[in-house]
Amino acid sequence: MRKILFREALREAMVEEMERDDSVFLMGEEVAEYNGAYKVSQGMLDQFGAKRVIDTPIAELGFAGLGIGAAMVGLKPIVEMMTFNFAILALDQVVNTAAKMRYMSGGALSCPIVIRGAGGAGGALGAQHSQSLEAQYAHIPGLKVMMPATPYDAKGMLKTAIRDPDPVIFIEGEILYGTEGEVPEEEYLIPMGKGDIKRGGKDVTLIAWSRMVHLCLDAAEELAKEGIDAEVIDLRTIRPFDREMIAESVKKTNRAVIVEEGWPMASVGGAVSDWIARELFDYLDAPVGRIHQRDVPMPYAYNLEAATLPKVEDVIAAVKKATYTKS
Amino acid sequence: MAEVITMLALSPTMDEGTLAEWTIKEGDVVEEGQVIAEVETDKATMEMESFFEGTLLKLLVAAGDAVPVGDAMAIVGEAGEDISALLKELEGGGAAAPAQADEAPAEELPAEDAADDGAAAAKPAKGGASDGRVKSSPLARRMAEDAGIELSEIEGSGPSGRVIKRDVEAAMESQGAKKAAPAPKAASAAASADGLAAGTQVPLSQMRKTIAKRLQSVWQSTPHFTLTMDIDMAAAMAKRKEINAGLKAANINAKVSVNDMIVKACAVALQEYPAMNVSYQDDHLLQFDEVHVGVAVAIEEGLITPTIRFANEKGLRKISEEVRELAGRAQDKKLKPEEYTGGTFTVSNLGMFGIDHFMAIINPPQAGILACGAVKKTPVVNDDGELEVGTRMKVTLSCDHRAVDGATGAEFLTHVKRLLETPLLLMV
Repeated sequence: MRKILFREALREAMVEEMERDDSVFLMGEEVAEYNGAYKVSQGMLDQFGAKRVIDTPIAELGFAGLGIGAAMVGLKPIVEMMTFNFAILALDQVVNTAAKMRYMSGGALSCPIVIRGAGGAGGALGAQHSQSLEAQYAHIPGLKVMMPATPYDAKGMLKTAIRDPDPVIFIEGEILYGTEGEVPEEEYLIPMGKGDIKRGGKDVTLIAWSRMVHLCLDAAEELAKEGIDAEVIDLRTIRPFDREMIAESVKKTNRAVIVEEGWPMASVGGAVSDWIARELFDYLDAPVGRIHQRDVPMPYAYNLEAATLPKVEDVIAAVKKATYTKS
Repeated sequence: MAEVITMLALSPTMDEGTLAEWTIKEGDVVEEGQVIAEVETDKATMEMESFFEGTLLKLLVAAGDAVPVGDAMAIVGEAGEDISALLKELEGGGAAAPAQADEAPAEELPAEDAADDGAAAAKPAKGGASDGRVKSSPLARRMAEDAGIELSEIEGSGPSGRVIKRDVEAAMESQGAKKAAPAPKAASAAASADGLAAGTQVPLSQMRKTIAKRLQSVWQSTPHFTLTMDIDMAAAMAKRKEINAGLKAANINAKVSVNDMIVKACAVALQEYPAMNVSYQDDHLLQFDEVHVGVAVAIEEGLITPTIRFANEKGLRKISEEVRELAGRAQDKKLKPEEYTGGTFTVSNLGMFGIDHFMAIINPPQAGILACGAVKKTPVVNDDGELEVGTRMKVTLSCDHRAVDGATGAEFLTHVKRLLETPLLLMV
């Protein structure tokens, strides 16, 4: 099968959906003339023209509101945030308007918008530009949150997000843009709320999403050398997350370790852990393990950034603890 | 500075010990090396010595308590020393936990979990907690309940003795026979669970637990075959009578038993057939250089096999004296670990109970055990085809078929027979 980059997979998803549906359009900072800050929208201005690929001023609150308004009157905007660090400026529009419009209008108005862009650690970009902020969106009823880990998932998930009748927050791991993976030519969709088993195993369930899936796969390889068979599951959709998949896996392994790039407090991992502890209590042989970023603003220095983020050794140590394996 | 006296591993297989009695009391001054307690291990009652000197400030466990190895038993320090902080720590609050959690990659670990990470020093005083709670994982609790096993009966191998899945599985395995098919839930909910007749629950001694675990395991993992043979004991009985009369006449306080002769015969045969003096290890066969014969001795709580070391090199009288001395101390549970371990073969004799014939389970890691029945007058057909009264003993050799084949066992047994039927060979 052909291999393409993560960013190309995203572009294909947008291009295919814009070809399929005239009401889909893309807007954001530098998406048109500059071909996208991360070159995700390369060539799209030439293909679709300035009416459907629109450069905006640096005004996140404003253009998020514009997109939400467009969605409410029947269009299907894709709003690119240069990074989700800047999308904080648009939180009022996203949380107070997009998320609640269906509810507050008694179902009369919907808001089929996709707000997408880079998230997570970048690589010495400093405290304000290297944040995993999915938890703040997952917290809000009315929003759906998707975070792909592979080019294949990125394409299938973004197409689903664009077709979804409700606001979808679509966060792309910044470091993943240049990763390559198999993506078929033919069309496919990955359902909202459906996770994926990235590696089967029987001894422990590693739960991750976005970039941490790859960290878990690396850890699983190391663990296999010591005879510990880890199952790596990728949530793909953070809200709603795939409870069925988690339950099936934890019932099999009796142990879970959640690995996330973000902070520990009121986090996605915290919510998943809580759900496991309450719903799968009788299947647990050890406390649910959690690996996450250190609870500090991201340091600027390369070495400190690395020290702050979850590492393969952290995952291995957590797995050994959960499986009562002496290291 | 107060020191904590912890339960020591007083035998190689001991996981926990039961405090038989304290030989000191709070306030006493303790010397280093002084015997402070008697502890019932899985094999014997041992004296426990103090590693510390000072005043005994606090006894943390009482006679009859089962204490896992490494758990705190008493505190020794200077008279009048304040040990409240130490006591608090021992009772389960890890004072060091917050500082540690700060450094750990997963800051959000629940407090209990952080305490697990803490040093062994922060262990609770007894079992899981001082309130008698058995620390266990939710899964282990459910599995134990489904299997009808009391959690408190299971040794936990998790942090602070937490009972986890693998412990319940091990317990289920060792109770496998009893619970062959899991009873349907509805049935076990009935008043008299599992339809068992009413009875009194007798607590399992450490020894009984160990016997159950080991024999279950060896029976399941070791393919046994058995060889049975009649041995003409007429000459041996006559020789024994002669020896004992001689000892008596010489005013020597010793008496050779049939069993002593069997032990000696086995030892000599093992020396001559080293293929029988072996142990199956996972990736190789271990052929022992020495011959040490264990003698199964029944005691009140179970059985134990004191070992006659270098039995092939010892005379009958010496073997007799050793067996008698060791068996006597075994009854009092006073054997030291080196006195009941290290055997290369075992003799088990139920002749004194009138048993004709039985089959014994191998005593791991040995490859063979000889089960001996009673020496009896019995009708036999002699070489001339005539019926006459003979003196016979039935013996059954159980072998680990992984290590020993039928022919090897048969040759060994034939030699044992030859030695006993020509008892003079035992003397040379």
